[in-house]
Amino acid sequence: MIDNSPIRTFIAHLVLVLGILIVAFPIYYTFVASTHSLQTILRPPLPLLPGDRFVENYSEALFGGVGRIGGVSVATLLFNTTVVALGIAIGKIIISLLSAYAIVFFRFPLRMTFFWLIFITLMLPVEVRILPTYKVMVDFGLIDTYAGLIVPLIASATATLLFRQFFLTIPGELVEAARVDGAGPWRFFWDILLPLSRTNIAALFVILFIYGWTQYLWPLLVTNRNDMNTIVIALRKMISFADADTEWHLVMVTSMLAIVPPILVVVLMQRWFVRGLVDTEK
Amino acid sequence: MATVDLKDVKKVYPGGVEAVKGVSIAIPDKQLCVLVGPSGCGKSTLLRMIAGLETISAGTCSIDGKVVNAIGPTERDIAMVFQNYALYPHMKVYDNMAYGLRNRGMPKDEIDKRVRATAQTLELAHLLERRPRELSGGQRQRVAMGRAIVRSPKVFLFDEPLSNLDAKLRGQMRVEIKNLQRQLGVTSVYVTHDQLEAMTLADVLVVMNAGLVEQLGAPLDIYEKPASTFVASFIGAPPMNLLPLRSGQLEGAVSLPAIPTNAATIGFRPEDCEVGADGAAAEGGLRLMARVQGVEPVGAESFLYCEAAGGRIVVRVPGRTAVAVGDQLPVLTRREKLHFFGGDGKRV
Repeated sequence: MIDNSPIRTFIAHLVLVLGILIVAFPIYYTFVASTHSLQTILRPPLPLLPGDRFVENYSEALFGGVGRIGGVSVATLLFNTTVVALGIAIGKIIISLLSAYAIVFFRFPLRMTFFWLIFITLMLPVEVRILPTYKVMVDFGLIDTYAGLIVPLIASATATLLFRQFFLTIPGELVEAARVDGAGPWRFFWDILLPLSRTNIAALFVILFIYGWTQYLWPLLVTNRNDMNTIVIALRKMISFADADTEWHLVMVTSMLAIVPPILVVVLMQRWFVRGLVDTEK
Repeated sequence: MATVDLKDVKKVYPGGVEAVKGVSIAIPDKQLCVLVGPSGCGKSTLLRMIAGLETISAGTCSIDGKVVNAIGPTERDIAMVFQNYALYPHMKVYDNMAYGLRNRGMPKDEIDKRVRATAQTLELAHLLERRPRELSGGQRQRVAMGRAIVRSPKVFLFDEPLSNLDAKLRGQMRVEIKNLQRQLGVTSVYVTHDQLEAMTLADVLVVMNAGLVEQLGAPLDIYEKPASTFVASFIGAPPMNLLPLRSGQLEGAVSLPAIPTNAATIGFRPEDCEVGADGAAAEGGLRLMARVQGVEPVGAESFLYCEAAGGRIVVRVPGRTAVAVGDQLPVLTRREKLHFFGGDGKRV
């Protein structure tokens, strides 16, 4: 299986390099476009090397505000999206940890019913329940609020199931040892279950942060004001059908900025993320 | 420190399965009581009921004279050593031992003093900063013991604590557990399926079968006077030879002593057999002819697996033996070494 002949190595590297080029080139080209003036972008062909307007374009987008979305700055958009993505990721983790804890470690009436109810919601995509959810948000007056953006997306059957499966692998003796050691339900959760779930939580956090960051349909519905938009929605709004109306250089800047936070999260959490996927510390 | 009293304790699971069918045991202070029996006999369930990890369906369990049926494991002031050790994988050895003390709100310096003293006794002092996965099986076992000892509870409960260790380590830990228990003088209940562990550790030995106590007593008393065929075949390795009697006669016996009228089974231990003994010694004893089918030289002794007319028997001879497979041997057992059991399996 493992063969170190130079030709094989060469072919393997060739494939890898090609793959990286295919993935990286559009991102590089977006970056190049984000450093040119609008005039240069609109007059093809677009140069292959970065231009001289890096500082101007980025500071205009970040702090000046973008005309087509009512003068809201990209900094505001980044802040909004960060709040929403963090809220969704952290909220989902807390809720699913608690519900999985209840389902696995406590015996209460209708336990399996609740489990199946949670399980069934897996088969109901957000789109199916979007109208009633929207109505509820309107009645609560949560349109154009962070709560309105976050709360409806917070319940997660997938994460609950994931934690349930993990909790089921924790040996019963460990639970009993903790009981003999005088740990009540909260202590057990906090001192033993949570530390053991660390890597799972980290892996889930990365996935959910990106899920929250790239939400499109729900933020589109529940926000009207431009300054409550998330970056993905704003990006869409910046683009007009007529090329001349669109500030392409700012669109490119916004695109570049929109991918930075998810990349940061993945890079910073990578070690934990991989550990969470491959090993369980038991 | 404490006595443990079980009075007619029963455990019925929701499905109607009766795991423990009425067990009464009184364990005196500072004694080590071993519950032994085949798997599924209810010994672990009984231990877990004493621990408070299982509810008691009927009867009472008292620790130190106080009925604890309705009290949780934390308040019973017991410590338990589990089969798989159940160490907290994410905590250092130190924290594993300190955890129970912290939960009881003991001051930090007191905890530190106790943990270090216990680690000293168990030769764990150099491992306190390690995590369980960096320890060997024997060391984990010690940490599990340390976690129990450090609390100085009223009662120690051991749930087959040595079954995950290799044979050599098991022998070593067995001696250590016994010494520790004596030294600390803590009343203990120990569950095992290994009759050797049971014999060597117990002050009080309880042989269980199918949810009931078959026999309770000092280990050697049980060995010498097994109350039933079950106990006879469970305690001792290799087990006692049991041959069926037909209307007071043993098939193939050369000579047979007087047999109690209602006896249905005759039993004798492999080490009580004499091979080729002369007629004079056989006076009043059991004598049979047996054909050797297998020889197992262990070193200090040899076991002969033989076929007699009444059934298969094992004979122990000291040292090495010249006996070969296929030999016909006269096997003699003295009158006082014979055991008789009735039709219901009980001793007569």
